[in-house]
Amino acid sequence: MIDYEKVLSPVATGLKPSGIRKFFDLLDSMHDVVGLTVGQPDFVTPWHIREAAIESLQAGKTYYTSNAGIPQLREEIAKYLDRRFDLKYSGDEVLVTVGGSEAIDLAIRACVTPGDEVIIPTPCFVCYEPIVRLAGGIPVILETRYEDKFKVNPEMLKKAITQKTKMIVLAYPNNPTGAIMTKEELEDIAALVRDTNIVILSDEIYAELTFGRRHVSIATLPDMRERTIIASGFSKAYAMTGWRMGYIAAPCEIFAQILKIHQYCIMCAPTTSQFAAIEAVKNGDEDIERMKEEYDRRRRYLLKNFADMGIECFEPEGAFYAYPNIGKFGLSSEEFCQRLLNEKRCAIVPGTAFGDDGEGFARISYAYSIKHIDQALERIEAFIKTL
Amino acid sequence: MDKLLQLLDENATYTTKQLSAMLDMTEDDIKSAIAKYEREGVILAYKTIIDWDKTDREFVNAIIEVKITPKHDFGFDKVAEKLSNYPEVRSLYLMSGVYDLAVIIEGRTIRDIAYFVTHKLSILEDVQSCSTHFVLRTYKDKGITYGPAVKDERGNCL
Repeated sequence: MIDYEKVLSPVATGLKPSGIRKFFDLLDSMHDVVGLTVGQPDFVTPWHIREAAIESLQAGKTYYTSNAGIPQLREEIAKYLDRRFDLKYSGDEVLVTVGGSEAIDLAIRACVTPGDEVIIPTPCFVCYEPIVRLAGGIPVILETRYEDKFKVNPEMLKKAITQKTKMIVLAYPNNPTGAIMTKEELEDIAALVRDTNIVILSDEIYAELTFGRRHVSIATLPDMRERTIIASGFSKAYAMTGWRMGYIAAPCEIFAQILKIHQYCIMCAPTTSQFAAIEAVKNGDEDIERMKEEYDRRRRYLLKNFADMGIECFEPEGAFYAYPNIGKFGLSSEEFCQRLLNEKRCAIVPGTAFGDDGEGFARISYAYSIKHIDQALERIEAFIKTL
Repeated sequence: MDKLLQLLDENATYTTKQLSAMLDMTEDDIKSAIAKYEREGVILAYKTIIDWDKTDREFVNAIIEVKITPKHDFGFDKVAEKLSNYPEVRSLYLMSGVYDLAVIIEGRTIRDIAYFVTHKLSILEDVQSCSTHFVLRTYKDKGITYGPAVKDERGNCL
């Protein structure tokens, strides 16, 4: 008998299994559940983008591309970043990746060595901590607070920074909270790292989905471009999750190392998806606006209903999630979500799936039709009346 | 475009409560805006898009291209007004190009449509000619694609 204990890497076995996976498996096995759990757009990728992919296949474009991606796509992403966010990169500083997830992985692996500390503000998307651990780094969790609207508090960040700090993750607009950071707030963070060798990993996958004001990238602040790695992608803005199209923009010194890791591990991002991405980034600005407007309507609808039901929720200004405070109902987040599922057949994600500080909160995705949201809200309302 | 009209165009079943939350207007403002649109004839009706092919209802649709001798003073309007009165005429458009009016007509059987063309339409004195095309299948109508109901197959990924 093989002894798997001896075969498997203790780093891998030591990774916490995602608790939420069990919840999702249960959810998948149940019928008539109305869920607000999905973290991806409910729109289909716009037809002109799908058509570009089909045309590339018809034309027989089924080869590998160059490691960093199709040059035209890299150029177009650079133009897009300038047009939409005032970010100045050349195509040579843009790497096309397999989704935003690979971009995050590459950024961390290119910088973090064993013993390096990486500050991760939580609640956040689930991947940063495990990837830091796989690189031998030490995740330093920085809990953000409801009273700070889940933004990074510069005082708290200052205390978390040590001699060993290699990287700070900034994931705004934020999944799961919907929080954003303004230019002034980012300036406070920039002031702390400007004269250091700390790198910012700015995960801007939700950059297009902000309501009321445009997203500001920390890389646009003075002296920050040279110490920032931008990880982003097409999934959320263009409803292209299944295409697995992401990218990194980084100064050439960092870029060169990232490219090596990508070329050895991945070779190149999927070719068909890259052709779709060219069309998206060149001609998709209107699609983004159309979908964003729809998300905004749903966001307002959800907030109004929470207010009417007496559920406290700070106003999310980005992404497509609301993060209501459910602490007052006297159940832990997991109990709340489990019972809501069992008793009313409605699924939402407990805040604890995104960090221990998610206790007392739940993530509600509004990447659903108003009709669907309404059905879920009815069930939530009926449930809280029983508490 | 007025956002309220845009939303109602997408989905006429939105309640005033839903519209008010989505548009940041009070419910009273929504109600009076809708009432005004109805009064002015901007909003004409609220209907449902039904894929009748999925039911046992028997029906036939046809598009009839009609050439007209325009009347002095009235242009094509007189004929169009007259045709509009027939309940079997579902849509009626004045067209550019080789014919003048496009008449979309619905009947229970092909015979119904033949009867309409021979006994009602072609005998009108201003009608020069008409050419009838039967609809074999609806793929898309009013911006809605016909086909099986769409299932939400998105995976829960975290």
